[in-house]
Amino acid sequence: MIEVKHLCKSFEGREVLKDISTVFEEGKTNLIIGQSGSGKTVLVKNLVGLFEPTSGQVLYDGRDFVTMSKNEKVHMRREMGMIFQSAALFDSLSVLENVMFPLDMFSTMNLRERKKRAKYCLDRVNLIDAEDKYPGEISGGMQKRVAIARAIALNPKYLFCDEPNSGLDPKTSLVIDELLHSITREFNMTTIINTHDMNSVMGIGENIIFIYEGHKEWQGVSADIMESDNKRLTDFIFASDLLKEMRQAILKK
Amino acid sequence: MLIHKWLTTFGRYLILMGRTFSIPERLRMFWKQYVKEMAQLGVNSIGIVLLISFFIGAVICIQMKMNIESPWMPRWVAGYTTREIMLLEFSSSIMCLILAGKVGSNIASELGTMRVTQQIDALEIMGVNSASYLILPKILGMLTLMPFLVIFSSVMGILGAYATAYVGHIMPPDDLTAGLQHDFVPWFMWMSIIKSQFFAFIISSVPSFFGYTVEGGSVNVGKASTDAVVTSSVLILFSDVFLTQLLS
Repeated sequence: MIEVKHLCKSFEGREVLKDISTVFEEGKTNLIIGQSGSGKTVLVKNLVGLFEPTSGQVLYDGRDFVTMSKNEKVHMRREMGMIFQSAALFDSLSVLENVMFPLDMFSTMNLRERKKRAKYCLDRVNLIDAEDKYPGEISGGMQKRVAIARAIALNPKYLFCDEPNSGLDPKTSLVIDELLHSITREFNMTTIINTHDMNSVMGIGENIIFIYEGHKEWQGVSADIMESDNKRLTDFIFASDLLKEMRQAILKK
Repeated sequence: MLIHKWLTTFGRYLILMGRTFSIPERLRMFWKQYVKEMAQLGVNSIGIVLLISFFIGAVICIQMKMNIESPWMPRWVAGYTTREIMLLEFSSSIMCLILAGKVGSNIASELGTMRVTQQIDALEIMGVNSASYLILPKILGMLTLMPFLVIFSSVMGILGAYATAYVGHIMPPDDLTAGLQHDFVPWFMWMSIIKSQFFAFIISSVPSFFGYTVEGGSVNVGKASTDAVVTSSVLILFSDVFLTQLLS
């Protein structure tokens, strides 16, 4: 479980995150949603330590990540996996080598075991046939799946995803969503997905946090969204006329 | 204001070097990177070093023969000056200036691209000391291979000079040999190698700093690459003055 308490972050006097307090639940797919520029990515970067919060706490199972020593942070990070918006695969390494990288770096397994684990992870994301290819030779969706395989290689407790569906077609997005959801269940991870993909919100959101202009506007589950009277949330989720009409039709029933 | 900016940049450079020179997390991974960087930065530079050194050696020999020779000068003077120029300045300083362009832009653009595509962030999230993992093998790889490049350059320059004698018939080869052997000071070879070690550090660490600290997109990567080459070149020229005085 990750608990955020009164988290604030400013850049050169400009407040980007304003007093955010929330809980990301274990074994669930937690979604952070909001418009572009609302502070979602900054929030995730504060959670993983890429940014230092201006004030507030980030508690990993009760341990404050912000005040941890450098060594404690390094150890903590080995319990984290992250999938970046751009996949961030290492260009010079093949798909298999990318997935093996965290194992090579931190595991005590021998080469055979490391390869076996990496192949299992690739198989889990249905990419076993692409193990010898390089990131530049595979599609964006496949790159995201390799990133997922790399992120789960060390069996992390916490998985962070920064807009995993960005740049993908709706069908591939669904595949990625399903994969993240099933992996979360399988490994009992605390998964945090930063997204503005409405299919993800309605499909896999078990705990949804809506960020509006840097503050937490709403928190709930996908089933609550439909009946929510929060105008900012409904304007964001049901932005198009088609979605608005669908919502009205469902509410009438 | 400018001094404040320089001092801030120098401070950030020192902090990065502090992170870089730490014990590698996995020696196996460090060794793999070290060998890769030696091949990429050093071995891949041999061709251009040999090519340039050969022609510069030949041109120096021709220029010396054409412009310095007079009845008052010994006939070996062209060979002697060619050797001294190659050994004292070209094979260490000028060759390093050329490498600052080739290797420096390579390092800065590689690390800059890794930064803007979040590959360095990915390493940090995994708990890897990205500075040590990425930069230390580059610095040590350059330091390891630079003496070989200096020696190859000197030898190739002298071969270039011989080519002018044997192929171009600019001067009798015996006169060239006499000049090359005249009053040889072995310390000059060591001086050249010592200087090149300092330059190797500059060539690898300064572009690493510019690449590693890139912010923004591809335009900034290009700018970092240019800044890296210019700064490395200026630092090589400055330090050459001090090192030459110190070691002579």
